[in-house]
Amino acid sequence: MKVRVLIRPKPGILDPQGKAIERALPALGFEGIEEVRVGRLVELEADGADLEALCERLLANTLIEDFEIVRFADRTDPA
Amino acid sequence: MLQFPGSCDERDAVLACKRAGEARLVWHRGTDLTGLDAIVVPGGFSYGDYLRVGAIARFSPAMGAVAQFAAEGGPVLGICNGFQVLCEAGLLPGALLPNTGLRFVCRQVELEVASTASSFTRGLATGERLSIPVKHMSGRYFAPPEQLDALEADDQVVLRYAPGDEPNGSLRRIAGVRNKAGNVVGLMPHPEHAVDPLTGSTDGLRLFEAASGSLAAA
Repeated sequence: MKVRVLIRPKPGILDPQGKAIERALPALGFEGIEEVRVGRLVELEADGADLEALCERLLANTLIEDFEIVRFADRTDPA
Repeated sequence: MLQFPGSCDERDAVLACKRAGEARLVWHRGTDLTGLDAIVVPGGFSYGDYLRVGAIARFSPAMGAVAQFAAEGGPVLGICNGFQVLCEAGLLPGALLPNTGLRFVCRQVELEVASTASSFTRGLATGERLSIPVKHMSGRYFAPPEQLDALEADDQVVLRYAPGDEPNGSLRRIAGVRNKAGNVVGLMPHPEHAVDPLTGSTDGLRLFEAASGSLAAA
């Protein structure tokens, strides 16, 4: 099974990287974009592993980050 | 002195320890800490800081032994990346986030001693100023507000950046914290780089001497 883990800074935590991107947008002509937040994407293939535990113990620090596990039925990328 | 792949300040830290006592390096695969009176987890970029700062180093075999050593009351000091590792390992509260300014900060900072109830600040005075350098990309101390209140109520904030001299956007100017017992301390500044008049300050030596002194007294 193909798995994507999305990890993002928890709401309310200052994300300076997101802010820097947001501030650069008007100069490039992109208007009306707000609340840019930058996280991390981990792709892996796994069968039967305890993905929740993997995320809580290693992939995310749940004090500062939220994670979301997206499972795909087969190993092909639907996108 | 622990050494991970990617550590880079362990030699300076060994030299600093040797000015207050004796010291040797322990490679991160080792789990035998017998004969050691204190552990220092040094600065650097353990495992390239992949995933998150300190996230992978905490699973090194030596870290299990360090956790046991700390649980038995042994003094443990985490410096910079070592602080990040101790937070990831759950030996210290909170986490270190990328600096607000998104820049690597490398300069001397003024610190205020906030708690003297730790193995590494015993004998110093509350409010006393120390001049010690910082050099980091992810030094912004974070904990949820209620946890910060609890830390302050329990006197667990050990060092703060002096007002107006904050380098990284740390909440409540926190530069270093301790565990409840006071034997585990972590800080972002580098006391091992402030032990000789040649580099401008010897204030860092006082943390190593405090540990050595408290061991001698025990």
